[in-house]
Amino acid sequence: MNPTTRPIPEYADTNRTQEQLGRDAIGRTEAQVIGTSPIERTALEREEELFTINMGPHHPATHGVLRLLVSLEGEVVHDLKPVMGYVHTGIEKSCEDKSYWKVIPFIERMDYLSYFFNMEAFCGATEQLLELEIPPRAAWLRILHLELNRIHSHLVGLGTTALDLGAISMFWYCFRERDKVLDLFEMSSGQRMHTRYFQVGGVAEDIPVGFAERVLAFCADMPERIDQYVDLIDQNEIFLQRTKNVGVVSRERLLELGVTGPLLRAAGEPWDLRKVSGYLPYSDFDFNVPIGTVGDNYDRYRVRLTEMRESVRIIEQAIEGLPDGPWIADDRKVVLPPRHELGTSMEALIHHFKLVTEGFRVPPGEVYYPIEGPRGEYGVFLVADGSAKPVRVHMRDPSFVNLQALREMCVGGYVADLIANLAMLDPILGGIDR
Amino acid sequence: MDVERTKLRGLSPLDQPRSPEELRIRQLRARDMLRGDIDDADLDEYVESRVMTTTLERAQNWARGNSMFPATFGLACCAIEMMSMVSARYDTARFGAEVFRASPRQADMLILSGRVSIKMVPVIRRIYDQMLEPKWVLSMGACSSSGGMFANYAVVQGADKFLPVDIHIPGCPPRPEALIYGILKLQRKIFGEPDLGWRERYKAYGTEEDERPWKSGPLSVQRVGAAPSDGIVESHGSPPSDAELHAPISHPELSGHEAHDAWEEAADDERVTTSRPPGDRRGDA
Amino acid sequence: MPDAPGLELIAHEVNERHQGAIVGSTYEHGQAALLADKDRIREVLDYLRDAPAHEYRFLASLHAADYLPAEPRFAVHYELLNMPRVERLRVKALVPDTEDGSMPELDSVVEIFPTADFQEREVYDFFGICFRGHPDMRRILMPEDYVGWPQRRDFPVGGEPVIFTNTEDTVPGWTR
Repeated sequence: MNPTTRPIPEYADTNRTQEQLGRDAIGRTEAQVIGTSPIERTALEREEELFTINMGPHHPATHGVLRLLVSLEGEVVHDLKPVMGYVHTGIEKSCEDKSYWKVIPFIERMDYLSYFFNMEAFCGATEQLLELEIPPRAAWLRILHLELNRIHSHLVGLGTTALDLGAISMFWYCFRERDKVLDLFEMSSGQRMHTRYFQVGGVAEDIPVGFAERVLAFCADMPERIDQYVDLIDQNEIFLQRTKNVGVVSRERLLELGVTGPLLRAAGEPWDLRKVSGYLPYSDFDFNVPIGTVGDNYDRYRVRLTEMRESVRIIEQAIEGLPDGPWIADDRKVVLPPRHELGTSMEALIHHFKLVTEGFRVPPGEVYYPIEGPRGEYGVFLVADGSAKPVRVHMRDPSFVNLQALREMCVGGYVADLIANLAMLDPILGGIDR
Repeated sequence: MDVERTKLRGLSPLDQPRSPEELRIRQLRARDMLRGDIDDADLDEYVESRVMTTTLERAQNWARGNSMFPATFGLACCAIEMMSMVSARYDTARFGAEVFRASPRQADMLILSGRVSIKMVPVIRRIYDQMLEPKWVLSMGACSSSGGMFANYAVVQGADKFLPVDIHIPGCPPRPEALIYGILKLQRKIFGEPDLGWRERYKAYGTEEDERPWKSGPLSVQRVGAAPSDGIVESHGSPPSDAELHAPISHPELSGHEAHDAWEEAADDERVTTSRPPGDRRGDA
Repeated sequence: MPDAPGLELIAHEVNERHQGAIVGSTYEHGQAALLADKDRIREVLDYLRDAPAHEYRFLASLHAADYLPAEPRFAVHYELLNMPRVERLRVKALVPDTEDGSMPELDSVVEIFPTADFQEREVYDFFGICFRGHPDMRRILMPEDYVGWPQRRDFPVGGEPVIFTNTEDTVPGWTR
């Protein structure tokens, strides 16, 4: 059997003739069966039994608490229904109750692996409503941290994917690098995860002394580590069999389903908001966007791996070309004044007081601010009404929309492929459930 | 003719007889023991020097604590830090807690890592019920300990509303070291030597484990004025008199609830006339 | 993003094709929005998706907002994207609240944009806006038997009262 073609499961009887329908699973007529033993006789009628099982919400293979109602015929998936909401935290509702600064820690906990992207989407939306420009150093620092977070997210995604497919070693290696990335985050912001580093107007603090050296050391190490990952699983026969030509969805269908991110790029559509949309000065950087050809799981894996390499390039360029200047905008109505001014200037004190107690007010308006995250398009829809609290904060989360593609990927395949598809879809339930 | 004997495997100096007489004594004792003739004291000493004795319970607890199998229960962000705890840098394998069992029937520790949404509560309860005794629950992070930053309709404010929780680990998310610290505290608890921590210092005052009734209201301190946040003005009826407001602290070297306790003991003594804390009007007849 | 005159042109064109479907347009912060009548929304989106001059074939997001106390109370937003030209356009369907307490209704656009499946369910779950013609109109993130539409502005945030030392007596169930 040619390993790259998959046999089509024969569970549809519509193309069998009347004569064929009177035969059992191995083609015998009733006359031939009479006189045989009972064991052989049970094969007379073709049994078509749809068996619905419930996978999750507590299941070692799901990436989070996702419940899947799967209708199976033997091992073949007939239908799939995801049930979500097991981690629904009401973040969007809580955000309506808080001032804009306080929304930032809430919204960064939505998609809990790409917290910088959540923050960027929200801060960018607020800055657009305020018509506030961030200084170039802040923009470059944002890009640096965003790309570090992209590497982090892909590392965890690839590690857990390999874990689901049975290759646990990849998990350990990926998490070893992940700890290095988290060390860098801890250096710049003090926290490993959920750093709350981005602030409306720029970044909360400048990077410390020694950060640049650590980042460059990381960038020097990382390409070799990525080669190690490639060596680990890329030529592995089992991995190839489980990912090549598995979970293929056509590009047009993905576009209809609203899928963005590495899934869309693996199917061949060259769409990356970093290149086409100018929300941050990515045009100052020289990087490529990997595009796949077939759109199967193997392509998705390769796209993510190559995106990590490109992110390393961006980070190198960012840290080497980091412009000098302020790391946050100047507008005292929105941004805290520097602390040394509080002792001398009365206005600075009043601004500080108003910002910390009430928060800044955003003029009425609404805006949708999309950015390119590791899973696709993160868009924050922000409605402001002139007060210090937002009226509506909605996050268009890519995992939520991408999950609609799961059914297309899995129907007609095997249960084991369902696990691989779910892993390669890289859903983060915090983003799906919000 | 002298025969030179060299020992091929060195015994410890304690085992080697220091003189031929000692060797003879040992041989006789060994012969007696084989015949069943050895005395009580000698027998005790013989056994003790060779065998470790303990109660069955302690051995059991030691085994249980050193091999806790967590159930894979990652809910949200804390799950990522839990995975990071298992990975190479912060290794829980050295504490025996690396084998994450997928099936709750094979696990004995439930690390609730992440926010507990209302839809998830029956599922968690079911998984907990399916675990076999003995089982322990670690509530990792602020969200499962107390609802965390999410005080809204969708998050249960603390997993201990529906599950008995042994250890709460603060943090958002807690560092892997913090999680390991929590696991070690649980281990100590299992071994039978729980780290009581603040309970030991404050004798569980104000918690459900304490038998003394909780006296609410502010403590008796020297006051210059009455701020509303002291609770004097708003929650307890008539404002206190000047004497009560300016009552001195009874035992200045104590602080917190111990001062209140000491004051209470002093109040029971009829010879001492001190004012009662303004908040404590409920004890009045 | 079509600029302000371009937006007017689009509004004019749609109104020519489907009379009265567009009731207004706004252009702020560089983003263009068309205000549409809620009962004609399918025609509007159909036109915007298929007309050769527009071809907004990608629905990036479908979400709703509650503008209480402004009228009309709800608005369902459709974020359209034209990928070759990298142009975004927002179509806002204004949905007033019903007087008799029933759920406001809108036509579903699942046949035009299959990505609207989960997102319309989310709008139903949180705002109580029903989409006619949706294949599976039920709650998606809240428990199936939940009562109430959480993200409406008049729905309380919830949670429990915070316990301080001076509120211990008044919070029920805390002290003996």
